[in-house]
Amino acid sequence: MAACDTEHQRTGDTTNILPLRVRDICFDVGGKRLIEHISFTVHAGPCLIILGPNGAGKSLLLRLCHGLLSPSEGTIEWAKADSSRARNQQAMVFQRPVLLRRSVAANAHFGLRLRRVPRRQRQAVVSEALRQGGLTHVANRAARVLSGGEQQRLALVRAWTLQPQVLFLDEPTAHLDPAATRAVETLLKRFHAAGTKLIMTTHDLGQARRLADEVIFLHRGRLLEHSPANSFFAQPHSAEAAAFLDGNLLW
Amino acid sequence: MFLRPIIYLVASLLFLQSNGPALAAERFITVASTTSTENSGFFQAILPLFERATGVAVRVVAVGTGQAVRMAERGDADVLFVHHQPSEAQFVADGFGVKRHDVMYNDFVLVGPRHDPAKVSGMSDATGALARVATQRAVFVSRGDDSGTHKRELRLWQAAGIDVAAASGTWYRESGAGMGTTLNIASGMDAYTLTDRGTWLNFNNRGDLVVLAEGDRRLFNPYGVILVNPQRHPHVKAADGQAFIDWLRSPDGQKAIAAYRIDGQPVFFPSTDNDAR
Amino acid sequence: MSEFRDALRTAIALLVNLDGDLMAIVGLSLLVSLSAVLLAALVGLPLGAAVAACRFPGRQAVRVLLNALLGIPPVVIGLIVYLLLSRAGPLGALGLLFTPTAMIIAQWLLVTPIIAALTQQTVSDLHDEYAEQLRSLGVGSLRAIPTLLWEGRLSLLIAVMAGFGRAIAEVGAVIIVGGNINHVTRVMTTTIALETSKGNLALALALGMLLLLLALAVNAAALVARDVVNRLYG
Repeated sequence: MAACDTEHQRTGDTTNILPLRVRDICFDVGGKRLIEHISFTVHAGPCLIILGPNGAGKSLLLRLCHGLLSPSEGTIEWAKADSSRARNQQAMVFQRPVLLRRSVAANAHFGLRLRRVPRRQRQAVVSEALRQGGLTHVANRAARVLSGGEQQRLALVRAWTLQPQVLFLDEPTAHLDPAATRAVETLLKRFHAAGTKLIMTTHDLGQARRLADEVIFLHRGRLLEHSPANSFFAQPHSAEAAAFLDGNLLW
Repeated sequence: MFLRPIIYLVASLLFLQSNGPALAAERFITVASTTSTENSGFFQAILPLFERATGVAVRVVAVGTGQAVRMAERGDADVLFVHHQPSEAQFVADGFGVKRHDVMYNDFVLVGPRHDPAKVSGMSDATGALARVATQRAVFVSRGDDSGTHKRELRLWQAAGIDVAAASGTWYRESGAGMGTTLNIASGMDAYTLTDRGTWLNFNNRGDLVVLAEGDRRLFNPYGVILVNPQRHPHVKAADGQAFIDWLRSPDGQKAIAAYRIDGQPVFFPSTDNDAR
Repeated sequence: MSEFRDALRTAIALLVNLDGDLMAIVGLSLLVSLSAVLLAALVGLPLGAAVAACRFPGRQAVRVLLNALLGIPPVVIGLIVYLLLSRAGPLGALGLLFTPTAMIIAQWLLVTPIIAALTQQTVSDLHDEYAEQLRSLGVGSLRAIPTLLWEGRLSLLIAVMAGFGRAIAEVGAVIIVGGNINHVTRVMTTTIALETSKGNLALALALGMLLLLLALAVNAAALVARDVVNRLYG
């Protein structure tokens, strides 16, 4: 996937919001420190995978970057964009797809409708997105009766219509069977091919190996490694990461 | 997106409200009266005659005399039509009413179970009958709602020398409700109660209840009608209210009152005699 | 048991004859209660959703207040509205006492807390589910309210119907502010109260049966509407 860093198809605001600079952030809940002094920079291009065992703080870190949570200490800055402009260039897909109790098409339209894009303009984008997601034939069905894999693809389709520069994914295939997982990964590669930066958490090592260009390894709220995927999987620096890769799940 | 139809709907509903059942153009007066007149079917029988004669509709709000007086004091009625002379006199004396007029009367009767445990059947001495009820500790249901009937009943107990407050909750039960509800309770409990004859005649759930004592002078029940003072409440429809009072006292009105019967029995007797009070 | 047989016979006779006075009473009951519920929904749905989805000072107090108002007796609401609309009261000049409008106001006050409290419950659950996704899509909490209401439409219809049930069935408030005036403010429940006090128990019970039928019909209509919406929008 390293070769996917191709031409930018994105329309609209072309000012790139990347790099994202995370400086020395901490996050506390009820006096407990769940993220401890993490700093890193995310550049345009490669697919960044955040790895770590359960409870490492992967989802928290993702939410902090996306702005759903505010850090207790430290700063998170997007290049050349204030926070609301930056928000419009991002999208997020959650572990469990959050779909509206409406038709598949209505869900696909929802994101653009919120941005007050006129229906006529929406139509083309949405039908293309549904095609990419392989959901055209179920467009008029109720979204909530789709299979888990189809629901997650619909969540991705909705993100697709927004043409984000950065797409956050929080363990998007955690609840899916292998076939559905493959379908989601295929779609992710199309996102990437279209120029969208993917930042994704997972604890599925196989998936990480298939998708990652760059890896951040978290353990107990600390960033232990941030390195290119090749070197991380070949020769992790930290003992924890090595143990994690060996399947000796640590806690 | 759904907002506009909702706004139209609400607007049309409010329009309907102001122009629908309560036609703004319709001439009407509001009469605060007692449950005894309403429950006996009296108003339903005579009001259409007045409405046909004058084109003024009469809206009757039927509550206990106490509440009716309070309602008229607040200016929520144009005419007060009740049956408790001391309250009526006070109402006029306080400047809430213009003048009290006699229109009709009937009487109260003591009703109770057919087997009559207090042995009051056939008595015409009201206080004597009540005294026997008290002595036997036979269950008596009181209105207990500050109505004209309730006030009359309390005066009779007082005259009989019985302290019903002390007996409250034992053989003396206070329903705190209108005449009809109180009769329903008495009928269900086989109890004694004091009722105006009009409500009794029109009451259809008597069960074992029969009239046991009647005819005492102290059971006389005159109704008074009073125009609410327009100087106190300028919005009062004085002309139409006075027209209603005049009609009730006119030969036509008096004839209509006398003509209202239930099962062939007169319910109210016309009267214009006691105006002097 | 003969009362029930009589009542059933009377109810059937009432239905067969479709007496004009009775139809006017049924019509007024529907008009008053449906108007009150509609107005209550217009206030209660957004209010309940706002309490569920927005963080604002006094939010907890509003929540407690809404739940407390659920238990307020109709008679007390009736009394409050009576004192407000009475000629001697602050809104006396409007001349609304003893009109259907007064009854709508009383029932509106009675029903709004029910709809708001039930909406609050429903939307609270939905908000837990959608909050992150909606924020991710750039939806502020105010803008989220219509979305959450629409997502909860099936449960919220039940909330609105619960409000209608309370409105159409209550007698305490409308008898005080309406006065139970024949042909003007007499509705099903006040008629039932009146006929009961006249001792016409069979007639009163028959009217009660009609009221039940009416409530059933309105609820059935709502459920049909719900199914149609469900089919249209999934």
